[in-house]
Amino acid sequence: MLRIAVPMDVPPYRLSGVVYGALLNHRTALAALGDAVNQPPYQGAPRAPVLYIKPRNTLAAGDEPVAIPPGVAELEIGATLGIVIGRVACRVAEARSLEHVAGYVIVNDVSVPHLPYYRPSIRCKARDGFCPLGPSVVARTVVANPDALTIRVYIDGELKLTATTSELVRPVARLLADVTDFMTLSPGDVLAVGAAAPAPRVGVGQHSRIAIDGLGVLESRFVAGTA
Amino acid sequence: MKLARVACAGAIHAATPQQLTDGRAGVRLADGRTFAEEEVVWLPPLESGTIIALGLNYAERARELAFGSQEEPLVFLKGPGTLVGHRGVTRRPADVTFMHYECELAVVIGRTARGVQRADALEHVAGYCIANDYAIRDYLENWYRPNLRVKNRDGATALGPWLVDAADIPDPGNLQLRTYVNGELTQQGNTRNMITGVAALIEYLSSFMTLTAGDVILTGTPEGAKNVEVGDEVVCEIDGLGRLRNTIVADAVFGR
Repeated sequence: MLRIAVPMDVPPYRLSGVVYGALLNHRTALAALGDAVNQPPYQGAPRAPVLYIKPRNTLAAGDEPVAIPPGVAELEIGATLGIVIGRVACRVAEARSLEHVAGYVIVNDVSVPHLPYYRPSIRCKARDGFCPLGPSVVARTVVANPDALTIRVYIDGELKLTATTSELVRPVARLLADVTDFMTLSPGDVLAVGAAAPAPRVGVGQHSRIAIDGLGVLESRFVAGTA
Repeated sequence: MKLARVACAGAIHAATPQQLTDGRAGVRLADGRTFAEEEVVWLPPLESGTIIALGLNYAERARELAFGSQEEPLVFLKGPGTLVGHRGVTRRPADVTFMHYECELAVVIGRTARGVQRADALEHVAGYCIANDYAIRDYLENWYRPNLRVKNRDGATALGPWLVDAADIPDPGNLQLRTYVNGELTQQGNTRNMITGVAALIEYLSSFMTLTAGDVILTGTPEGAKNVEVGDEVVCEIDGLGRLRNTIVADAVFGR
């Protein structure tokens, strides 16, 4: 069993250590690319969910500083809703997929800014500490509608982005259905639904604060990394 | 030492190779019981952590796909649900035209690695396995390649049969790989032709991410990845690591 040191990694929400995420699943993120989606190298908007993995070395509690690697000026704050799986989800029907959800959590999918999205290096997303999440898992039953949550991102106290989960290309239930058609999600896995664009950026010495309705606040500070 | 994880007699056991008295290949459990190879269910030989995979890490394979030079290794990640053990089955969806095997050397990390130098990198290896990392090219899209629908499908990465101690494989940079489909040799290569070898991969990866015991690196496949059809028996073989068998099955087996 995998173990990570985040405060909510306790029963009944023991995390598996696997975080999957959907990219370009917020309409603003896809729209930000404009007509580039139809040009090389992409040749069209994605058909299946565009997924990535934040490996266990990236998972961190909000109070751990995030290191900005040498030579990188700023990092992107990918503020997104994380779905925490409660029951094995394999080929779930959209109408029943929420029954497989234990709860929700705020995920900060930190990235080194990168383009294109054709074959990005995992150095941009898989560095140690690049996936703060928290402050706690909120039970599914407490969240009335995961597709109507406002997400706010503040940098050094200043509001930089307001988005809502009502603008997802694949809303929560549909995303779970499409992903689990080919890939089983297990209890404790997290599936991040996708951040809005433009992603706010932070440099050394700055501080991010992500607030999602009913899920609390996830704060991170950014320091100079050594390697 | 070769170590497998098998399910039999009502539990999950560690098992070592054992030739049975009648000459058949089998396993021996720690408690002394022996079984024929086909009498046990073979699980992936370890509960893996992060699964890291390499694309286009053999020069001839990169040429086969008309791929130019690379600035850094092409790395992608996989989830644990994609693993299946020796003698398992992998589904070929009815709507696909090109699904292929990929015989690969799998490196299992044994000791935390962060900022490791190439010369010391192999000290962080616990052992090696064979992997068969299937891909369905019909599902390949041009976003975050190779997308998970191509490379992270349930049961589409066979791993095993054994975890072989690193001490038994003094040079992971000179191992012959072979794949047989229904007994016919269809793919072969040698790990010496990797673009980025095992030690250099550990150096590269650990320069930005901490590797932990149980993490697995699938080091890429040589040329010769051919389409497989329902009913095909695919055997991947690597010097010193054994033979990893997998069978391609249809949607109907999964009630689709």
